[in-house]
Amino acid sequence: MLGLYLHRDSPVHAFPVGWKLAALAVAATGLFFVSNPVAIGAALVGALGLFALARLPLGAVLGQIRPLLPVLVLLFAVQAAFAGWETGAATAGRLALLVLLASLVTLTTRASDTIDALERGLGWLRPLGVNAGKVSLMLALTIRLIPVLLDLVQEIRMAQRARGVERSALALLVPLLVKTMRMADHLSDALEARGYDPR
Amino acid sequence: MKPLTTRDLVHCALFAAIVAVLGLVPPIPLGFLPVPITAQLMGVMLAGAVLGARLGGLSLLLFLLLVAAGLPLLSGGRGGFGVFLGPTGGFAIGFALAAFTVGWLAERLPRRGSLPSLFVACALGGIGADYALGIPWLSMVSGLPLEKAALGSLTFIPGDLIKAGVAAFAAATVKRAYPLAAAH
Repeated sequence: MLGLYLHRDSPVHAFPVGWKLAALAVAATGLFFVSNPVAIGAALVGALGLFALARLPLGAVLGQIRPLLPVLVLLFAVQAAFAGWETGAATAGRLALLVLLASLVTLTTRASDTIDALERGLGWLRPLGVNAGKVSLMLALTIRLIPVLLDLVQEIRMAQRARGVERSALALLVPLLVKTMRMADHLSDALEARGYDPR
Repeated sequence: MKPLTTRDLVHCALFAAIVAVLGLVPPIPLGFLPVPITAQLMGVMLAGAVLGARLGGLSLLLFLLLVAAGLPLLSGGRGGFGVFLGPTGGFAIGFALAAFTVGWLAERLPRRGSLPSLFVACALGGIGADYALGIPWLSMVSGLPLEKAALGSLTFIPGDLIKAGVAAFAAATVKRAYPLAAAH
């Protein structure tokens, strides 16, 4: 299955998903009240310690933070110019910390486990009219449909190339939509034929 | 509220998958433009224009749930909770609001289902709603002043207008080739 999960044998991986998500939410909220660069620096070291505890390779950490690097530099430069380097370091450090912690949760938790946890969480929303069973069916369908659609895109692109219209987004989108909508109809007929009842 | 039928569930899953696939395939080249465009926002507009407000918004919520769960489905292979906490998180969360707004407008604008009406819905709803969430978020997370964040985002508007045009044209064609509205 596609995903960002990296398997290791570590206490961070074994920590229950629900608690990881709750801890992330608390940390993300709490961070907004911290503006001391030294405290944030210490927290950054702590976060890197958690990565070490999870036995994740350094490359994984860098891979998560690299796309953010230009933003961090720009952020630090703008804030340092207008509000002093302490504010700059605190703002950039806070953002780096948030993204590192969130990546830690993502890298150490299987997507399927997170989805299970979300489904259990959705059970609480039942009084609001949220049906967890329907949500999990849709999640499973989407995950299954992605590779099917990727194949379909390749197929249509090949057909368009044969007709010499490969440089047109419309020549790709319209057949893709019409084909998949028809597929969706067959799929829902098949679901109901096998006794699926949405209620 | 009308309960979701099996067909509704499958359509939501389908458009969530379409948005994911548009983020995964290499950028689509356009015949009349030298620069290829990344297509994810186009999928968002399509979901709203084809499915309507309720199902379109739901389908993008589903997509965001999968991104949050850690699937690398946002364009550039991004995924996980970090994306939402980062500076462009608002644009990602705005997808659901954008699909809803596109659908809401498409259902209400005069000459419903015609190309100009769909284009206005895609442009106003898709770009407007996504930016309405994305720009303040960018400003809040990065500490940039709101005007600067807005100004920086303006550079993406021409590309997004082209996406709205393509999405409107595709939606209008699909509605003719495959009338879905009759069933709703």
